[in-house]
Amino acid sequence: MPGQYEESLHKTFDRIKRSRLNAYITLNVEDAIKTAKAVDEGRVTGRLAGVPVAVKDCITTKGLLTTCGSKILSGYVPPFDAEVVARLKREGAVIVGKTNMDEFAMGTSTESSYYGPTRNPWDLSRVPGGSSGGSGAAVAGLECRMALGTDTGGSVRCPASFCGIVGIKPTYGLVSRYGVVAYANSLEQVGPMARNVSDAALLLDVIAGHDPKDSTSVDTADKVSYVNYLIDDVKGLKIGVPKEYFGEGTDKRVENAVWSAIMRLNKLGADYREVSLPHTKYALAAYYIIAMCEASSNLARFDGLRYGLRTGKDENWHTTFSRIRAEGFGEEVKRRIMLGTYALSEGYYGKYYLKALKVRTLIKQDFDKAFKDVDILAAPTMPFPAFRIGEHVDDPLSMYMADVNTVPVNLAGVPSISVPCGFAGNLPIGIQFIGGLFDEPKLIRTAYTFELNTDFQKLPEGF
Amino acid sequence: MSDVIIGLEVHCQLNKLNSKLFCGCSTRQQGLEPNVMTCPVCLGLPGALPVINKKAVEYAIMVGLALNCKIAEHTQFYRKNYYYPDLPRGFQITQYDYPIAFDGVLTVDTDGEERPIRIRRVHMEEDPGRLVHQGSIETSKFVLVDYNRSGMPLLEVVTEPDLRSPKEARRFINKLRNILEYLDVFDGSLEGALRVDANVSLKGGARVEIKNISSYKGVERALLFEISRQQNMRRRGIRVVQETRHYDDERNCTITLRTKEQAEEYRYYPEPDLVPLAVKSWESELKGRLPELPDAKRERFKRQYGISDSHAKVLTAEIRVANYYERVAERCDPRMAATWVADYLKGELNYRDRDIRDAFPPEKMVYILEQLSNGTITDKGAVEVIRALLDEGGDPKDIILARNLAKVETDITRAAVAEVLKENQAAIMDYKAGKAQAFNYLVGMVMKKTGGRADPAEVNLLLRESLECT
Amino acid sequence: MAISVKDVKHIASLACIDLDEAQEERFARQFNSILEYFKELDGLNTEGVEPTYHVIGLNNVFREDVVEPSLPQEEALRNAPKKEKGYFKGPRIV
Repeated sequence: MPGQYEESLHKTFDRIKRSRLNAYITLNVEDAIKTAKAVDEGRVTGRLAGVPVAVKDCITTKGLLTTCGSKILSGYVPPFDAEVVARLKREGAVIVGKTNMDEFAMGTSTESSYYGPTRNPWDLSRVPGGSSGGSGAAVAGLECRMALGTDTGGSVRCPASFCGIVGIKPTYGLVSRYGVVAYANSLEQVGPMARNVSDAALLLDVIAGHDPKDSTSVDTADKVSYVNYLIDDVKGLKIGVPKEYFGEGTDKRVENAVWSAIMRLNKLGADYREVSLPHTKYALAAYYIIAMCEASSNLARFDGLRYGLRTGKDENWHTTFSRIRAEGFGEEVKRRIMLGTYALSEGYYGKYYLKALKVRTLIKQDFDKAFKDVDILAAPTMPFPAFRIGEHVDDPLSMYMADVNTVPVNLAGVPSISVPCGFAGNLPIGIQFIGGLFDEPKLIRTAYTFELNTDFQKLPEGF
Repeated sequence: MSDVIIGLEVHCQLNKLNSKLFCGCSTRQQGLEPNVMTCPVCLGLPGALPVINKKAVEYAIMVGLALNCKIAEHTQFYRKNYYYPDLPRGFQITQYDYPIAFDGVLTVDTDGEERPIRIRRVHMEEDPGRLVHQGSIETSKFVLVDYNRSGMPLLEVVTEPDLRSPKEARRFINKLRNILEYLDVFDGSLEGALRVDANVSLKGGARVEIKNISSYKGVERALLFEISRQQNMRRRGIRVVQETRHYDDERNCTITLRTKEQAEEYRYYPEPDLVPLAVKSWESELKGRLPELPDAKRERFKRQYGISDSHAKVLTAEIRVANYYERVAERCDPRMAATWVADYLKGELNYRDRDIRDAFPPEKMVYILEQLSNGTITDKGAVEVIRALLDEGGDPKDIILARNLAKVETDITRAAVAEVLKENQAAIMDYKAGKAQAFNYLVGMVMKKTGGRADPAEVNLLLRESLECT
Repeated sequence: MAISVKDVKHIASLACIDLDEAQEERFARQFNSILEYFKELDGLNTEGVEPTYHVIGLNNVFREDVVEPSLPQEEALRNAPKKEKGYFKGPRIV
C-alpha cells in the first residue's frame, strides 16, 4: 500500500502522461517516487516534504537530463545540482521533472523549444508565455504544486500572467544562480511559480539566501522569512501607478483589470497615485542589447567537445563546430548570439553595450526616485493576454515588444510579483507589483491581501 | 644590436597557491593523468560560476609591489572571447582595462650597467587547458584536450618595449623568475610554469609578435632567430609585415600564425559573474609582508659579510642560493664561504646543469670548509670532495678518508723534498743559474711524489729553505 | 549602417555558426529592423552617466585558497561525445 505522498505523486504522473500541454521535457519518475516513499516513511522531512515541484530545464540537476530546450544539449546529464535544486532537496521536495522553455530562455512564448511548444491550459491554441512556459503550464494545469522558473526579462512573470498563477522575480542577488545555465547573467534570477501567494512565498523562503558559490549572491545579515509576510493588510500602503506601463499596445481589457485591482486595493486601505518612470521607453532596447551581448559570450561554450550535440564527420575545428552550432541552435538563439557578437565587436561596444549600461543606470534611477514617494508600483505584467501559437514567430521584433513592462525590472534588479487580477474572456490577466531592492516582504503582503480579497485564483476549465 | 626593440609578455603560473584561480581544484597537476583535476567550474559546465581565489589577488599585489608598480584603486575581470578547444567556456577570464598593478620598473644588468625596464602592467588571468596533437598541429588528425591546467592562476607581466637584445630579455626573465621565487609565489622549475610572448621589431620596422615560447632558453633562441629573420629581410629590401608568429621550439624557427588583417577580435567585456575588486587598502599590509628582495639582499650581504659585489650578486640572484650561503656563512668565515659557494659550488652545479636544490646540504659544506681551514685538506682536495658529493653523494668525512685526501704530515713532505733534490741535480743547477721555471718544476715533482696531498705553500717553503742551504 | 549579407556572413564566422543563403538573407533583413529599433537609444543623452554593470554594487567577493575535491576522470568525461585515453577528443585544429 503506497503512502499518501507516493499515491498522489502517481496521480500527478498519470495526469502528466495524459496531458496535451507538453509542459515537461524530462520526467524524474524513479527518483521522485523514491523521495515520496521516503517522505511517507518519515525518512525525509522539511518545509517542502513530499511537495511535487517542477524545475525549469535551464536549472542544472545532478543525474537528470538538462537541455535548456535546446538540441545542442541533447543527452547532457550534469554531474552537479544547482544551488536552488540542492535547497529543494534539503527541504524534502519531490522533483517531478524538468519543464519546457524557450530555447536557452530566449523568448516570451515557449515556442522556440526544440522539444515543441507548450500549450496554455486555459486555451490549448495559445502560448503559455515564456520563457518559463513549461513551469507556468505545469503549475496551472495541476502537473505539480509549484515550480521554479528563471526571469531574465520577464520569463517568470509572463507565464504567470498568461497562465493565471503567481510568479516572483526576486531582487538580483537574492537567489543563487549557481547551476543556472546563463542566458544573461547580469539580469536573471530564479523565481518561484505557484497557484497562490502562500506557496510562492514558501518556495522563495527555501531558495533565497546567500550562496558563496555565486559571487553576485548577496550576503544579507539576517535571513528574512517570507511566509511571515502573508498578512492580510495594506492599510496605508502607497501604490504608484507608472503611466508609462499603460502604453500604446496595451489591451483595454488588461488596462481595465489592472485599474480595478488598484481600486480594490484602495478600498482595502492603500493609497495610489500616478507616477512617472520617464526612461521606460528605452528599457526594451537596452535590455535586448545587454541580454544579447551576454548571451553571445555565455553560449560560446556549446561546441560539442565536452558535452552535447556532436554530429557528422569531424573536419577542422572551426568548420566542425560551426556546423554543429548551426544544427544545435534554433533561429532565435542564433539571432541573439549573432546580434550580441556584432554589438560587442570593435567599434560597436560603446554604441551598444556601454550605451545600454548607461541607460540601465537611468532606469534604475527612475525606480529609486519613484520609491522615494511610494512603497510599491502596480502595473500590467503583460500588455495583453496569451497570444496564439505562431502569431509572432515570423516577426522577432513584435515578440520582443511584449516584454515592455517586464524588462525594466530586470535592468534595475528590483523584485516584482505577478498575480492574477482578472480575465479577458477565458484568458487570465496578471498585475505586477514592483518594489525596491529587497522589498519582497512588501510585495508578498500586497499580493496576499489582494488574493485573499478577490476571486481570480481559479483553475482552467477542465482541470 | 642597438636597433632592436623588444617587449615581453611573461605568463607565470602562481603554482604555489593550493587551488586554482576560480575553483577549488588543486594546482598540483604536474604529471597527472589527463582530466583528473577538474570540476564544473574549470570544465566550463553550463551553470557553474567562478569565485576569485583571495590569495591569488594577494600574490598579484605582492608581485606588483616587488616590481615597483602602482596598485589599482579599482580592478576587475573581463571576458576575452575567442573559440579554441583549450578554452572550456569559449572565453578566457582575464583582465583588460584596470589591471591590478601598473607602471612599474625592474632594473636589469646589461653587461655591467644596470638599466631600468619599465613594466606596463601586471594582471591576473586563468590558464587554458592543454592540447595534445598527434605529431604537429598541422598534421594531426584530431586534438586531445586535457583540462587539468584549465583555471590555473596566471600572472601576466607586460613590459614596455625597453629591452634591446635577446640576452637582455633572458636576463629580465631570469630576474623576474628570481623575484617571484623570492616572494614564494612561484616555482619556476615546474614545466610550463613560465611562458612568454615577445614583441620584436627593428627600429622603424613593423612589430612582430611571437607566441608560445615555453622555456627560459627558448626566449633567447626565438628572439635571435626572429631578429636575424627581420635583419635578413631588411638587407634584401623586403618589408617586414605586422603579424603574429608561432615559435616552434623543436625546429627553432618562427612561423606565421596570422597577419594583421586576420587579427583576432576578442570582444572584451566585464565578466558579469564576478564583481569588481577594491583592494588598494591591502597594499600597506602586503608591503609589510614582502620579503627582502634580491637588490636589498645584495647590499646587506656586502655590508654584513664584507664580501665583494660580484660575489654578493651571484649569491643573491636566487633565493635558494642566498639561503644556502647564509647557512654556511653563519658557521664559517663568510668571505671564504662566499668563494666556495659562489665560485666553486655554483660552478660545479652549472657545469652539471643542476640547481642548488640538487646540491648537498649546507652542513656538509660547512664541514668541508672547516677541514680546509684547519689544514686537514687542500683546496684541490676540497674541490674533489664537492665533486664526489654532487656525483655520488655520501659523507664528506668518508670521502676524505676513502680517497686519501687528508693533507700529508710535514716530515713526509720534508722527506719528499729531500728525495726530489737528490734526484734532480740538473734542475738545481738551473735554479741557481737564475731559471725561475726550474723552481716550479721542483715543486711539481714534490707534489707528484706526495700524490698531490702536500700543502703547496709548505712545499714552497721547504724547497726554498733546502735550496738556500745547499 | 545597414547590415549586408556580407556582414551577416562575417558575424556568423565570428560566432562560429554556419548559415545557409536563405538564413543569411533573412537575418540581414531582421537584423536591420532590430538594429533600427535599437537606434531609439541614440536619442537619449547619456553624457556623464556611469554604466551599471552590477545592480547591487557588490565588490571584493572571494573564496579562500582551499582545495576541494575534483571530479573523478570518468565523471568529467561522462558527457563527452568523443574521448580517448582520458582526453576529450576534438577535431583537428587546421
